[in-house]
Amino acid sequence: MSEGEVFGFLGPNGAGKTTTVRILCCLISKSSGVARVGDYDVGNDGDSMKIRKMIGVVPDNVGLYEALSAYKNLDIYGRLYGCPEPKRKENIQRMLTMLELWDKREVSAGTFSKGMKQKLAIARALIHDPQVLFMDEPTANLDPEAAKTVRDFILELKREKRTIFLNTHNLDEAQRICDRIAILNTRLMATGTPDELERMVGSRRIVIKVERISDVMLDAVQKMFQEARISVDGEQFSVELPDAETKTPDIVQAVVQAGGRVHFAGVVGSTLEDTYLKLVRREQ
Amino acid sequence: MRFSQAWIVASKDFSMFTKKRNILYTIVILPLLITGLLSGVTWYIQHKGSGSVSPAELTTLLPAFTFFYFILAAIIPTTIASYSIVGEKVEKSMEPLLATPTTDGEILFGKGLAAFVPAILAVLGTSALFMGLCDAFTVEKLGYYYFPNESSAVVLFLMVPLGVVVSVEWNVLVSSRVSDVRIAQQLGSLMVLPFAGIYVGGEIGLVPLGNTNDLLMIAAVLVFIFLLMLYAVQAIFQREAILTRWK
Repeated sequence: MSEGEVFGFLGPNGAGKTTTVRILCCLISKSSGVARVGDYDVGNDGDSMKIRKMIGVVPDNVGLYEALSAYKNLDIYGRLYGCPEPKRKENIQRMLTMLELWDKREVSAGTFSKGMKQKLAIARALIHDPQVLFMDEPTANLDPEAAKTVRDFILELKREKRTIFLNTHNLDEAQRICDRIAILNTRLMATGTPDELERMVGSRRIVIKVERISDVMLDAVQKMFQEARISVDGEQFSVELPDAETKTPDIVQAVVQAGGRVHFAGVVGSTLEDTYLKLVRREQ
Repeated sequence: MRFSQAWIVASKDFSMFTKKRNILYTIVILPLLITGLLSGVTWYIQHKGSGSVSPAELTTLLPAFTFFYFILAAIIPTTIASYSIVGEKVEKSMEPLLATPTTDGEILFGKGLAAFVPAILAVLGTSALFMGLCDAFTVEKLGYYYFPNESSAVVLFLMVPLGVVVSVEWNVLVSSRVSDVRIAQQLGSLMVLPFAGIYVGGEIGLVPLGNTNDLLMIAAVLVFIFLLMLYAVQAIFQREAILTRWK
C-alpha cells in the first residue's frame, strides 16, 4: 500500500485479517514470506521497535483502561510512544476536541458508550502522529449510529491523508472508505480499487427496457455485437459486453431502428459483494 | 531495558490502584491491622497479662512478630499483581500495550514494580511503626530499645524484598493461566503457605530461625527460588504467547 492510502482488508471470520495485522504490527511472528512497513522488515528483531514506533494500532477490542479518564488513557500512551509533553498535551486536546470528548476528558472511559470508546481507541492510536494506522474491524459490534460516528471519523482521517490499513468484513464500509481493497481468505485472493474488484467477476451489462420486446430488435443487437450475450426478462433485455458503457448508444440506436420504443437504458455491473462472495465461495 | 518505559507502565498501574478499593484495603488496611494487632499483644502481655513476661520471653516473642511482616510480603503483591495482569486481560488492554514501542521485559519489569513498590512501602512503613511502638512498650522491661537490630534488618531489608519479588513472580505465572481476577488472587494467595510454613517450622523447631545466619540461609534459598521463577516468568511473558496462548 502507498502513503496516504486507505487500504481495506476484506475477508470472512477466520480469514487471517487479525493475524495479518498482528504480524505487521510485530506482535506475532510470521511463519514465512516477506513484509515491510516503511523501510523496515517485519520479523527483523532490530526493526520491530522502529515499526511499532511509527504505527498506531486499533485492535478489535478497544482495550481502554476503564477506571481511568479519557485524558489519562491518551496521556499514558503518549508517554509510552515517547511523545514530548507539550506535543502530547496539544495532541490530546486536538483529538478529544475533534471527537467531541474534550468536555468528558476527566470522565472514566468505562462510562463511555461503545462508539465513544471506539473513538477514544482511535485517538489513542493517533496520539503520537503515526505514519501508518492499523484498524482491526473498528465498527464491528457497534450499533448503526455508533458505527456511523466511527466511520465518519475514519473518513475525516482519510481527508487528512493518513495512511490506513483497515480490516473489515463490512463490504459497504470498505467500498465507501477504501482507496484499494484486498480480499483475503487465508490467502490473498484479489487486490484492486473497489471499481476494479466489481468488474472482476463478470463484464458489465447494458439493460434496455422497451415498450414491447421483439425478435427483430434482439436480432439487430446480436448482429451488431456478435460476441454479446443477450438475455430477456419480461419487457427488458440485457446485453453482456466488455466495455459496455461505450456501446450503449449503438445498442439504443439499433433497437430504435428495429422499431422499438426505449423506456430505459443503463449499465449495471457486478457489485463488490458479487466479487467477494464469488472469490470466498470458490476458495471454500 | 529502559527504566523510564517500565516506570510509565508501573505508574499507570498505580493510577488504576487508587480507583480499586480492594487493592487500597490490602495495601493500607491489612498492614495497619496486623501492626495494631501485634503491637496490641505486645502491650497487653506486659500491662494486662496474668503474669509478667520475662525479658528473655520478650526477646523470643518480638522476632517472631517481626516475621509476620515477611508473611505480609507474600500477601500484598497477590492482590496487586493478579489485578495488574489479569485486570489487563479482562479489559483486553494488553494488545494495545504490547503494540507500543515497549519491550516484553520493560512491561514485565513495570508490572513487577507496580506490585513491588506499594508492597514494600506498606511493609516497611508499618513495620517501622510496629518497631517504634514495641520499643516504647518494652524499653522499661528490657532496659534498651530492642529494635532495630541485626535480625530485623535481615528480615525487613533482605527477606521481605525477596518475599515480595517471589510472590510477584508466582502471581505472574498464575495470572498467565487464568482469566478471572478472583481466581488469580485465590491461586496467588497459595504463595502465603510456604512463608507461613517457614514461620510455623521455626516455632516448632523444624526450621532454624534463631539467629542472623539462619535468616541469611533462608534468604539464600529465596534468591535461588527467585532466579528459578524469573527464568519461568521470562519464558511465559512473551508477547506472542500472551496474545495467542494466554487464556
